[in-house]
Amino acid sequence: MSDAQTTQIPVTVLTGYLGAGKTTLLNRILSENHGKRYAVIVNEFGEIGIDNELIVESDEEIYEMNNGCVCCTVRGDLIRVVEGLMRRPGRFDAIVVETTGLADPVPVAQTFFMDDDVRSKTKLDAVVALVDAKHLPLRLKDSREAEDQIAFADVVVLNKTDLVTPEELAKVEATIRAINPAARIHRTTRAGVALSEVLDRGAFDLSRALENDPHFLEAHDHDHDHHDHDHDHHDHGGHDHHHHDHAHASDIHDVTVQSVSLRGGEMDPKKFFPWIEKITQMEGPNILRLKGIIALKGDDERYVIQGVHMIIEGDHQRAWKDGEKHESRLVFIGRELDAERLKKSFEACQAA
Amino acid sequence: MPTVAPLDLDGHCLAAVFLDNVPHFALADGAVHRLDNGHKTIQANDGLLSTFHDAANDRLITGGEDGKIFAVAAGGTVNELASAGKKWITSVSAGPQGAIAYATGKTAFVRFADGKTKEFAHPRSVEGLAFSPKGMRFGVARYNGATLHFPAAEGKPVELDWAGAHTGITFSPDGAFLVTTMQENALHGWKLADGKHMRMTGYPGKVKSLSWSVKGKWLASSGAPAAIVWPFSGKDGPMGKAPLELGTRGNAMVTSVACHPSQDVVAVGYDDGMVMAVRFADAKEVLLRRPGKGAITAMMWDKEERRVAFGSAAGDCGVIDISA
Repeated sequence: MSDAQTTQIPVTVLTGYLGAGKTTLLNRILSENHGKRYAVIVNEFGEIGIDNELIVESDEEIYEMNNGCVCCTVRGDLIRVVEGLMRRPGRFDAIVVETTGLADPVPVAQTFFMDDDVRSKTKLDAVVALVDAKHLPLRLKDSREAEDQIAFADVVVLNKTDLVTPEELAKVEATIRAINPAARIHRTTRAGVALSEVLDRGAFDLSRALENDPHFLEAHDHDHDHHDHDHDHHDHGGHDHHHHDHAHASDIHDVTVQSVSLRGGEMDPKKFFPWIEKITQMEGPNILRLKGIIALKGDDERYVIQGVHMIIEGDHQRAWKDGEKHESRLVFIGRELDAERLKKSFEACQAA
Repeated sequence: MPTVAPLDLDGHCLAAVFLDNVPHFALADGAVHRLDNGHKTIQANDGLLSTFHDAANDRLITGGEDGKIFAVAAGGTVNELASAGKKWITSVSAGPQGAIAYATGKTAFVRFADGKTKEFAHPRSVEGLAFSPKGMRFGVARYNGATLHFPAAEGKPVELDWAGAHTGITFSPDGAFLVTTMQENALHGWKLADGKHMRMTGYPGKVKSLSWSVKGKWLASSGAPAAIVWPFSGKDGPMGKAPLELGTRGNAMVTSVACHPSQDVVAVGYDDGMVMAVRFADAKEVLLRRPGKGAITAMMWDKEERRVAFGSAAGDCGVIDISA
């Protein structure tokens, strides 16, 4: 990070409802002794008790791009603030963007892909959602934003776990998992997550993204965290979950986001690329995130792919290891996804 | 052959201007450097974000991260004109009768010469500010168009609508046209007499630099591998006419333009630091400066039409003397 001016500055986006613990986490980021300097972009100076000249207050400004695509939105204020900050790059090592409780995380993320100036100087590191364990069920009932924030997150900090019973906590976690099977979940009190779990994650870095999570899509009866899971499956009540590949449009009330997890063998690149292109063009508005590791026929490297709405990017990541199964895994998180059609058309891309 | 007197500074240069014929260079850290019988420096803002060259008063208006607005004049004078709290000053401009305007968030302010200040709240962020050359009138670039205010009078503002995010704004020198830069790679214009629209598109990059030629006959712009120069001498501006493409290079983008004070010539700065002068009539090019360390971000001709001050994103600034 310290060398070369050409280095792109990593940006962490913090989402979460009012009272979920964003300010607590921000204060920790600004005050803990981690040897890094952060510029923080907030909507209101509010309760951040730390005196730091690099806390910038900015009015959330969502701009629809004039290209006829309704999901192509960016945060205009971020473009300006990032441009201003990057004229004096020596002052900080990374940027944290705090969004308002009701914020849609998509325009924030898309800013880092769609604006050439921002993209050339910064890179989105991860979207971190703070969730209040006690109030999440209520939040999900009265708003779509709470769900969007979870659906869009790379890391979910499930906070205030001391305010709920173990049963309630398990249920909340299962709900989060149902909305977003690809996120890493950390149970905390007072936002006490190790900062290394939220900062410098490289979640949007194709070479690192899925490497961070060796169990990516391995199963949704996951052992993703270090907790012991008791697998009581109350989240799947009445739901057939005889194998991993089915859509997990949840039976949990108040959840409208679904995820579709697909697995297959080696793909024919001549079929797969036109397919993913077409799907994201047609279903873009319904797709919040997509992530995948693809095994391409005749290719000795893993191909990783990710997307936000209609924006997709992919690249070779690393060579397949000896004995590693050449398998393709892809997850779509979104709304109104036709799981059966996605599954069939995905499987049709497999190499003969 | 033009000669270059370099001034190597450390930081992004936002403005290169002549004040009382002395070249001044304003950097992002708020320091203003000048070549005035040697290299001298004064400090204005704590973090500079926006500048405007107030030619009528021979001063540079600056707005910064410290929420303050300063006037920098020749000889190292710095005066604080206004303060708007803790928020960043995103845009500044200067108008007739010593008035200035500045913006922070969704609010634009006009400060008259007597120190009185008037506030103009908007539903969305104020992205850019410019005064009309005639009358006490100023324009705000905003989401989905522009708003015209008449700060000396009561009354409703005039709304000019065009979908999309408008980020910068300028009036033609005769006050007949208003042009905005956009978040997308385009300019938009209005003929103020009848509100007729002018779409100026086709840029591969965002337009960040605009310059009117003498008497406002042409508007030069950055955002392409050439300076794109639109004809504004006709009644309807550039409508139905093709722009000139001057100083085209295959491997570099134009980042800054500055029209000559009296002739149809434009100084063109590129992202590799090169500067050329190009004549409109025959597109003849003269190399003024070889590529340097960073993209050209600011340029200005002096009154004698002999020198061009330039600044770059990497801080390698200087003065080009074309008479040598």
